[in-house]
Amino acid sequence: MLDIRGRTAGWTPGGVARRDFLRVGAASLIGLSMAEWLRLRAAPSPARSVIQLWMAGGPTQTDTFDPKPSAGEDFTGPLRGALSTNVPGIQIGTLLPLLARQADKYTIIRGMTHNNNGHETAAYIMQTGTMPTTALVYPAVGAIIGYKKAEAVASSGLPPYITLTSPLGRFSEAGFLGNQYKTFAPGGDPNSANFRVQGLAPPKGVTPQRIEERRALLGSVEALAREADRLDQYGSLDEFQQKAYGLILGDAKKAFDLTQEKDAVRDRYGRNQFGQSCLLARRLVEAGVPFITINDGGWDTHKDNFEAMRRKLPIQDAAVSALLDDLAQRGLLGTTIVTWYGEFGRTPRVANEPPWFGGRHHWGQVFSAVVAGGGFKGGHLVGSSDARGEALRDRPVYPWDLSASIYNLLGIDPHGKLPHPHGCVAYVSPASGGAMPSGGLLTEIM
Amino acid sequence: MRVNSSFRLRLAGGVLLLAAAAAGAPKLKVVSIQVTPGDFSLNGAWASERLLVTGILADGSLRDVTPIATFRSADSRIAAVNRSGLVTPVRDGATFISLSVAGRKQKLHVTVTGAHRKLASFRNSVEPVLRQAGCNSAACHGAEHGQGSLKLSLFGGEPEADYDALVRFCGGRRVNRTDPRQSLVLLKAAATAPHSGGARLVPGSRGYDVLTSWLDQGAPWDSAADAAVVSLSLYPGERTLRKGETQRLLATAAFANGAVRDVTAEAVFHSSDPRVASVADGEVKAAGTGDAAIVVTYLRRAAVLRVAVPQTPPANFPRLQANNPVDGLVYAKLAAMGIPPSGLSTEAEFLRRVYLDTIGILPTPAEARAFLADRDPQRRARLIDRLLGRDEFDDFWSLKWGDLLRIKSEYPVRVWPKAVAVYYQWLHQSLAENKPYDQFARELITATGSNFRVGPANFVRAVANKDPRTVAESAALVFMGARLGCARCHSHPYESWTPGDVLALGAFFGRVNYKSTLEWKEEIVYLDFKANLRDPRTRQVVQPRVPAGEPVKAGPEEDPRIRFAAWLTAPDNPWFASNIVNRIWFWLMGTGIVNEPDDMRPTNPPSNPQLLEYLRKELVDSHYDLRHIYRLILNSRTYQLSSEPNEWNAADTAHFARYAARRLSAEQMLDAVSQVTETSEAFRSIIPEPFSNWPSDTRATQISDGNTECAFLDMFGRPPRDTPYEEERDNALSLRQTLYFLNSEQLEGKLSSSPRLKRLLASKQSDTEIVDEIYLAALSRFPSEEERKRLLEYLGARKSARAQAVQDVVWAVLNSREFLFNH
Repeated sequence: MLDIRGRTAGWTPGGVARRDFLRVGAASLIGLSMAEWLRLRAAPSPARSVIQLWMAGGPTQTDTFDPKPSAGEDFTGPLRGALSTNVPGIQIGTLLPLLARQADKYTIIRGMTHNNNGHETAAYIMQTGTMPTTALVYPAVGAIIGYKKAEAVASSGLPPYITLTSPLGRFSEAGFLGNQYKTFAPGGDPNSANFRVQGLAPPKGVTPQRIEERRALLGSVEALAREADRLDQYGSLDEFQQKAYGLILGDAKKAFDLTQEKDAVRDRYGRNQFGQSCLLARRLVEAGVPFITINDGGWDTHKDNFEAMRRKLPIQDAAVSALLDDLAQRGLLGTTIVTWYGEFGRTPRVANEPPWFGGRHHWGQVFSAVVAGGGFKGGHLVGSSDARGEALRDRPVYPWDLSASIYNLLGIDPHGKLPHPHGCVAYVSPASGGAMPSGGLLTEIM
Repeated sequence: MRVNSSFRLRLAGGVLLLAAAAAGAPKLKVVSIQVTPGDFSLNGAWASERLLVTGILADGSLRDVTPIATFRSADSRIAAVNRSGLVTPVRDGATFISLSVAGRKQKLHVTVTGAHRKLASFRNSVEPVLRQAGCNSAACHGAEHGQGSLKLSLFGGEPEADYDALVRFCGGRRVNRTDPRQSLVLLKAAATAPHSGGARLVPGSRGYDVLTSWLDQGAPWDSAADAAVVSLSLYPGERTLRKGETQRLLATAAFANGAVRDVTAEAVFHSSDPRVASVADGEVKAAGTGDAAIVVTYLRRAAVLRVAVPQTPPANFPRLQANNPVDGLVYAKLAAMGIPPSGLSTEAEFLRRVYLDTIGILPTPAEARAFLADRDPQRRARLIDRLLGRDEFDDFWSLKWGDLLRIKSEYPVRVWPKAVAVYYQWLHQSLAENKPYDQFARELITATGSNFRVGPANFVRAVANKDPRTVAESAALVFMGARLGCARCHSHPYESWTPGDVLALGAFFGRVNYKSTLEWKEEIVYLDFKANLRDPRTRQVVQPRVPAGEPVKAGPEEDPRIRFAAWLTAPDNPWFASNIVNRIWFWLMGTGIVNEPDDMRPTNPPSNPQLLEYLRKELVDSHYDLRHIYRLILNSRTYQLSSEPNEWNAADTAHFARYAARRLSAEQMLDAVSQVTETSEAFRSIIPEPFSNWPSDTRATQISDGNTECAFLDMFGRPPRDTPYEEERDNALSLRQTLYFLNSEQLEGKLSSSPRLKRLLASKQSDTEIVDEIYLAALSRFPSEEERKRLLEYLGARKSARAQAVQDVVWAVLNSREFLFNH
């Protein structure tokens, strides 16, 4: 049941009280008052694309976007202190100087919470914006956006839901939507000179002339085979082969071609897999792809947390600041949502005892996420943790609050329906069912 | 419909010719008639009875002749009958209704009681009104949280809760006891008060009358005249109709106090295929040829009418050719539906098909040559026997069962790699030794022990959370083919399963508990005799009960699962054997006798009940030997038919008039490509830890863990193993798959590094022999003369780049429909 008095949500059994229906009629139970709901319904939906930066393993919040310099070395470890940013009152971790100069572009959500500390379950929760149920295996937010926005890329032939460059593997991403909404993951390393997208770019050594010769040969092989032409499936094979040649010989693959970027730009993003993936994501946004997720691993720092931070944070700093700045300069930041988070955070108190010797463990009670662009205001803080970062202090943000906000900015109705193979009723945001605690949509920054 | 009396002729002997209801149909001879129901009674002011008159023709076929019958009441002050045979009460008493059609007459006795009594109860009178008016549909108050703060149970599954919602909740505002006609529920339903659902009940209609009477009587839950409904029957239960013909329906409900009532006007009808048969106002109309099921539901009971609409067969219907009784049964249905089967497949077609369907891989060129050269008349049967004995058979079917049992390390199954290995090993071993299927099921359902050491203990562990209801749903889906899980949240739309049934089935698994050990992620499945499943709403202990069965009292130290397994595997259990023989049929033929194969229920009837029953009995009589069923099906002529349609069976997919060509499944596809090129994949899984790496010669059909990384398999529709539904496997073509075959780096790598091609090029073999070898490897046949000519031309023109030219030929063959499809 939602507590009417404020945004803090309590969780009581027995479903939703009648009064909460009266608050917003039958429509939303995501913690809105009628005025807010009407305003949001009337608000424009500026976002066209989402770039999700997924920090697989769970990135630490104390060393990144929710530093606690006064909590003592038990909590800060060797990374004492914090950097002031170009927004007064906001401080971030010492290893992120470039991002500190762009704090006006992004907002840090310090009140993320879902209370689950298992990698696979928490990854499912954060990526789908739902809690696990036995009834349905939900599709990831990316798959839903890919489904709803498929016509944005229908003519270019690019897939609407792209992962750079390998899928997570923790869960099926497409959920009950089915196999055709699975993510497209080209594989490989965009930083490598050999990077090419399977299927779109011809294999090395296959010249256009050879492609044509093969095509003609295939034509004769098919024509001479004694198979009946009357089956429907054979007809669709022909259709797909026609479309495929259109893509192979056309321009769709150019979106993936990083050699078209100037060296200076590539250097600025960082000559590493993550940096070049961010650059590639920007190109895909320009080509109209609605959802791109970049998976960066190695954040599960039970041991050697600080060595890992020293290695990884400069890469993140360079790439993300380059991405935000680049998008802004090209006028794309207003229409592109950029998010940065992982499945959970990490323990604020450093584990110094053996065998960890300076590691952090899983922390799903309160952690941080960063959102920018696409209609989200920058330079704000949403929610906060206590003095040591161990407990939520105010303004919780649940994963479904975040996903519903993203849907709103994209113009996707969170109360809309998704096609279920058995005709079950499944909403875009299952929080529309109402029986979940909620901190409310991110109206402070929308 | 009345027929113009000028068409009527009276002939000596009492046989009449009459024009059929459909225009242009031949005249028929009605030999006798049958009237449904027999003598009946009408109780209460709202009672009515439809009369159905069926004419039996000389050839034994049946026709609905009600539209041309005349009805008369002997005393219309007691009971009135209208032109279409609907009898309504006027006053208490007894009288006769006489009818005449086609020169036949019959009289029915009718007793009318309580003709002015309008006793309405919520349970029996109002609930059907709500259903029919659509009040508790998913779009309205049956939605997950209702509408406008009124929540009714979807499909009327929980009438007690609905009664509370209307009468007790909302401060009792919905029902006004002092001024019943001002009750909110009435005002809203008639849209007298603003109602976003519109006017659902019109004043003067029966539904409105029932609701007002109920309110006037103080909105009781039940009434003296009422009793719980016991069963619902539909007349007719099966009928063959000609296209354009109509058939009236009569739905009759039987109640616990012995009362029997016509509820056609209050029931909800649904057609499984409106293109074949549509239903409206208690009448079915045959719109097109095929099979359809008309389902009627009333007060959570369901009944079904099986409609068959045959097409006009060709003049020379092929004779029956049977390899075994399966063919006779399939042929009988095809003949009844007017659908002639296609011819027999060629030897090459059969060869490739049976290898793929049985062991999941292609025949080697040597095996292909040997079979194509074989002159033994029994060569097909011998090949089937050989294939059923091969190791690859065990691998391929372990893959299939892995999908059903959802053997997967990660979310949502989360048994972790160690348990996956143990589970798979047990499964593989069971299939290899041809363990009797009932024993297999019993082991899975009743296993206890560590899930890292006892493979079948993972069955109760492989659910997303440890809810006994979910385990029961999984058991129902896998072993009964029943989607009981639909009834978890709401009463099943077409069956009488309710959330209570799901809970009661879950109670069999209510004593299963799990404890962890020091070994990471290990869990021991044990029986906690003090535990019992409790109803989440009432907190009462739930007694285990199978659907439509009696509650079972589990003893203090008993494992209720054993009782469930015993019920399931009993020889007369209608679900167990039918489910697996239907599934095997589906796996081999592409369409089940019941379709979908995991949607078995009385209201989804089999397209050929005799065939299903025959296979079921064969399985039970053979002591649950699954290979016996494989052998029966594979050896039948039906399985061996060509996939090429003729002009009469091109539209038919349900009656097995030809083999259903389909794309190779994901694992078959990858293995086929690897086999042709003689390359392999290195399968591994690095999510989760511990990492798993499979030996490099592992085939895709040998993969145990649903979490194994493989972009190819995902792209070709490998099921994620989140749920046991067959539809999770997606064998549809897609643009990405086409791009892969036309243009991918990976395929190119397989071609250029292929040991087979290198060997062929290095050998001194001629171009002809090379082309033959390629065709035999990929398509299991020799190329035709024209194909050889064209390919030799291609190779001949590229002598300087011979290796590339040979790769091009293989590339073209791999991209052809004959390779990509199992036909």
